[in-house]
Amino acid sequence: MSRLPFYLIVGLLIVLGIGTSLHRHIQMEVPWTPGEQRQVWEVEAIVDFTAMGDPVRVELALPSHQRGYRILTENTASPGYGLSFLQDETGRRAQWSIRQATGSQQLYYSVRTQVTDDRRQQQIARPALREVSWERPYDTAAAQVIERAWARSADPYTFTRELIRDFDEERQGENARLLLTQFDRTPLLVRLLNQAGVHAHEVSGLVLEDGRRRQTLTPWIMVFADEENWALFNPRTADQGQPENLLLWETGGRAVLEVQGGTNSRVTFSMLSRSQPAAAAVRSQLVDDTLLNFSIHSLPLEEQALFQTILLIPIGALVVVFLRILVGIKTSGTFMPVLIALAFIQTTLPTGLIGFLLIVSVGLVIRNYLSYLNLLLVARVSAVIITVIAIISIFSVLSYRVGLNAGLTITFFPMIILAWTIERMSILWEEEGPKEVLIQGGGSLITAVLAYLAMNNPWIRHITFNFLGVQLIIMALILLLGNYTGYRLLELRRFKPVTED
Amino acid sequence: MWARPSQLLSRGIIGMNRRNIRYIGRYNNRRLYPLVDDKLKTKLLAEQYGITTPALIGTVTTQFEVKGVGDMIAGHDGFAIKPAKGSGGKGILVIERVDHDGFVKPSGAKLNLEDLHRHISNILSGLYSLGGAPDVAMIESLINFDEKLSEYTYEGVPDIRVIVFRGYPVMAMMRLSTAASDGKANLHQGAVGVGLDIATGTAVRGVQYDRSRRDHPDTGHELASLRIPDWTSLLELTASCYEMTGLGYLGTDMVIDRNQGPMLLELNARPGLAIQMANGEGLRPRLDLVEKQSDGLNVKERVAFAQRHFARRGELKDLPAPELAPACVST
Repeated sequence: MSRLPFYLIVGLLIVLGIGTSLHRHIQMEVPWTPGEQRQVWEVEAIVDFTAMGDPVRVELALPSHQRGYRILTENTASPGYGLSFLQDETGRRAQWSIRQATGSQQLYYSVRTQVTDDRRQQQIARPALREVSWERPYDTAAAQVIERAWARSADPYTFTRELIRDFDEERQGENARLLLTQFDRTPLLVRLLNQAGVHAHEVSGLVLEDGRRRQTLTPWIMVFADEENWALFNPRTADQGQPENLLLWETGGRAVLEVQGGTNSRVTFSMLSRSQPAAAAVRSQLVDDTLLNFSIHSLPLEEQALFQTILLIPIGALVVVFLRILVGIKTSGTFMPVLIALAFIQTTLPTGLIGFLLIVSVGLVIRNYLSYLNLLLVARVSAVIITVIAIISIFSVLSYRVGLNAGLTITFFPMIILAWTIERMSILWEEEGPKEVLIQGGGSLITAVLAYLAMNNPWIRHITFNFLGVQLIIMALILLLGNYTGYRLLELRRFKPVTED
Repeated sequence: MWARPSQLLSRGIIGMNRRNIRYIGRYNNRRLYPLVDDKLKTKLLAEQYGITTPALIGTVTTQFEVKGVGDMIAGHDGFAIKPAKGSGGKGILVIERVDHDGFVKPSGAKLNLEDLHRHISNILSGLYSLGGAPDVAMIESLINFDEKLSEYTYEGVPDIRVIVFRGYPVMAMMRLSTAASDGKANLHQGAVGVGLDIATGTAVRGVQYDRSRRDHPDTGHELASLRIPDWTSLLELTASCYEMTGLGYLGTDMVIDRNQGPMLLELNARPGLAIQMANGEGLRPRLDLVEKQSDGLNVKERVAFAQRHFARRGELKDLPAPELAPACVST
């Protein structure tokens, strides 16, 4: 009988578990620890225009995930307008529409972006070269400017740099001045680049500064060295590269704002920087519905809270498996301690321990009396369940009267499990004596406390909830433990006398 | 206080995990468990295979029949009431004799018919069965155990546990009840375990509460002189339980009746490991040796093989050399 398939499955589970966890960490920026702080920018765009009583259509470019920034959530406010989000190869856009609008209109779009360490460059489709034609005498001027920069450069990037420098205030030649009288600086540079056979287009970015209001986008030139690689140039200073605090808003070379049916349109931005725990940032991440990003976070909040508890149960099961197989602790009911540990999470440990001991000991006394009544088993256990409920009610009311609100949490104990525990311990008492009850009851409590400590650990809660791959690793560990044929820790003591002679 | 794993390993001690995976998991087919978990089935099966068991007085299967128990036991002097699916000796009630005013337990405590009704009712509702499943109560006649053994025990019937692996009896011990164990033969409750030499059926070593012991704590009788009568036929009986059940790793509980000789009391598909303590020796070397043997030997050959290879203290030289198994013998 080959064990190979077994180890293959275990290996597969571990690789899958680690793989998906790493993917979540790297791709989705989910941190390993719950305490990490992440910087989040809240940016609000306000579109102003005057409507003229006709149908209005407004299109606003929207930012997407990019180097250094990850989009968390976005919201819009636009009373009476229809809204849809469009996406094509040039980027994302929001489209507002209304049949009739008059007077001053304001549309809001706000986005929360998280600052990330992601250094990879965004994939942007290279624009086609545009056909450029000039009127006289600009054609000669343009040709001369290009020729001059061309001679002093080696590749598209250095050519761009030289070209921008030629339009510097100090170095401006006659040709440059002539061209600037007719064209705006950035579109002019893009025209010249295109004419020289360099793929480039104009993009718009927002310089993020905390607390700024009524900001506008600044134009940048995106120059492509080949199909995939591009660099960003500041058309004013010829600096190459994207500044840390620049959020690219529009990268497709299209207009940021297009308004049909309105005049005096403009878009302004205000922004705010905040720090928030990474875990909270994860929670508010935009969910891409792909299989790899399969996440509990796509569920409604209420179900998420439920899952947070459910996903801890495997940890409790792992503790039980560990204690039973490797240590050899006896418990009353295999997974009863996990359920008790879940109750401890609700009640806190001291209250939970006191509550558990109170319920079980009072239950045992009453169960002892029930055994004199000579009842059938199902009826007796049902009677114990009702007794447990009565005990819980009485303790809740008593502790509330005394002013101990903690006593109210006693209701979180799983009553039917407790009733069975009492029944089992009572039989154990009759058959094996109080010592065995103490051993098994104590074993159950120790297991429950250890399971509680593991399940209530903030780091473990964070890891199990945010990395579903961890469940696969736990599964693999449990499978491996199920394959363990060595001694249990307590057996080393049990069999000690054999080694003595 | 603690032994090193290497110490236990060198003595061939097997732990629970190894027993569960390597032996029970591999050699005991789940499908066959009901044959041994239900004592009634075991009994009927044993009858088919000609293995003697204590005589069955009657069974109680419904709560309605509980009232008729008085008639069923009328005329019997002593009897035992057992749950058919009980485990670890739970729920076994032994009545030694019947007085004019009640039923006397071995400890001398008296019960009335009402107590018997309650006990049977508890059995039927599954109080003692695995998983609390509804059960059947069996009433068996008492065993008249061999007088020669009575001085080694206190109150209860001493039984002999033999581990049978693939049909080979590999290790044996006798369990003597004590005052501490309340007449029960469970080692963890304080019964004395006496390791038995597979070759001769004589005592090897005694333990109580996992500590070695030379005499019985209650009767004071020394254990060294213990010798089981009719040992080889007892081993053959245990070995034939392999053919009967098909279970490869089996605990057989035997008793010796004064008139009928060795009898099968019950079978256990998950026998405990305390037998290693009683013998002061691990099961592993013996199990390894048996695993190397090929199938197809008959009961006598297997017992002979076991007596030859698992003998202790050089008793081997006194025995006539049994016919060697044709299978390969490990070096």
